[in-house]
Amino acid sequence: MRGRFTFLAGCVLVGLILVVAAVSLVWLPYDPADTSGGRLAPPGGAHLLGTDKLGRDLLTQLMVGARIALTVGIGSVLVGGLLGVAGGLIAGFATRWLDDALSAVLDILIAFPTLLLAMLVVAAREASLGSAILAIGLAMSGVVARLTRILVKRVLAQDYITAARTSGTSWPRVVAEHVLPNIWPTLLVNLSLQLGLAVLAEASLSYLGLGPPPPNASWGRLLQEAQATVLTSPTGAIAPGVLLVVLVVGVNLVADGFRDLADPTRRRTR
Amino acid sequence: MTLLDVSGLAVRRADGHRLVGDVSFALDAGERLALIGESGSGKSLTALAVMGLLPAGMTAHGSVLLGGTQMIGAPDRTLNRVRGRTAAVIFQEPLTALDPLMRVGRQIAGPLRRRGLRGAALRAAVRAALDEVRLPERVARAYPHEISGGQRQRVAIAMALACEPAVLIADEPTTALDVTVQAEVLALLDGLVAGRGMALLFISHDLAVVAEVADRVVVLKDGSPVESGRTRDIVGQPRHAYTRALVDSARALEGELDRLAP
Repeated sequence: MRGRFTFLAGCVLVGLILVVAAVSLVWLPYDPADTSGGRLAPPGGAHLLGTDKLGRDLLTQLMVGARIALTVGIGSVLVGGLLGVAGGLIAGFATRWLDDALSAVLDILIAFPTLLLAMLVVAAREASLGSAILAIGLAMSGVVARLTRILVKRVLAQDYITAARTSGTSWPRVVAEHVLPNIWPTLLVNLSLQLGLAVLAEASLSYLGLGPPPPNASWGRLLQEAQATVLTSPTGAIAPGVLLVVLVVGVNLVADGFRDLADPTRRRTR
Repeated sequence: MTLLDVSGLAVRRADGHRLVGDVSFALDAGERLALIGESGSGKSLTALAVMGLLPAGMTAHGSVLLGGTQMIGAPDRTLNRVRGRTAAVIFQEPLTALDPLMRVGRQIAGPLRRRGLRGAALRAAVRAALDEVRLPERVARAYPHEISGGQRQRVAIAMALACEPAVLIADEPTTALDVTVQAEVLALLDGLVAGRGMALLFISHDLAVVAEVADRVVVLKDGSPVESGRTRDIVGQPRHAYTRALVDSARALEGELDRLAP
């Protein structure tokens, strides 16, 4: 019962951000570049959450930020998930030297600081939404591949794989029918946790100016811009921070719920 | 033509260490042969080598002709045509031999689909397969953890029989079960093998069980055969010291029962 509650709570939190992002596609209170609101207007009145130091409506910025956070989060999970699962499957099936070689590459990738990797990607391309997704996804793929590799190795050692093989099932079928379904629950939980981490990573990159450039109002950049005026107008720093927490906590709760839902042995005991 | 002809089979580890050596036997339709020996004597490796499914890093040498196909050194595609159809395997531990995340019905349907069955015909075949191993139809909708050990082993038997194999390899099929369930599963297996005229390669460490199901026995010790012949002769007059030890310990257990309840 507790599991179901946390899952629902997570869905509500994530759903909230999803709705905000969806609404931002069709309606915004102001134009994101509209600076007519006056500098650092307090919350209330025409501007529900006030304005930033350039006079832009904060609510508008936050709504656009939700869109960016979700785009980067989902995008980098797609990139990192595809690369990671593919690499992990290959390493999981590989024996000896190929497995050792891939493991060494993954070790280096995991040990490489995400921020440094992001700086390299940004230097090679440019600071953009795509660069952020690529950098975060690449950093994520190492961890995902590592996990996939060990999950595959564990499943391959099981009797039911040998049993399927003795009945003449080909390797591609074994992967599709037995390996992927059996590693999927754990992967799904990890990928959802990675989504939360990716959102945080995007905020960090943007805070450092390595994320999508202005006028894209990423939450991380809103935090950075509000830093200088946090004592006089705290809303500008608190609001994006709260939204970040809501999204990341929501994603983590959903990830927890997935673990219970995906495993039939847990499903019954609940 | 012999269904299964194993001659001079050896299994080696990558470092050259010999795990199984010089195993030879032949099996024809309707015949029942047992491989007996303690754990680590190479019984299961022999079975896996017959199917061409040795664990990575192990290699088989010699000759294994299964339904006329040379199983040693053949490419996977050739082997997959033989696996399941010419020979099928039942494993020792039914809980791990079934996919924990797949409903029982779908697992049985897997090998049935190889016979080209689809849709309603496939569902009917799954029902018939369950019926044949005396399982109620509702088991099809259960996950492996939701049914008992004996039921799981029946499911494994149904899966093995799904492709109508000519040879059934049973690798300690009753070892993980309660004694009462053991007897039921053995009786079921016995009936099915006789009914279909299959050849049976029965692998066990339990002489009493082997005496019940097998006509001939090959006794393995440390990967090598030490004695072979008709079950009756081996149990009656064991020639090798190891076989005698096996027979004596089996008798000692039985004697203990007689002493307690004469």
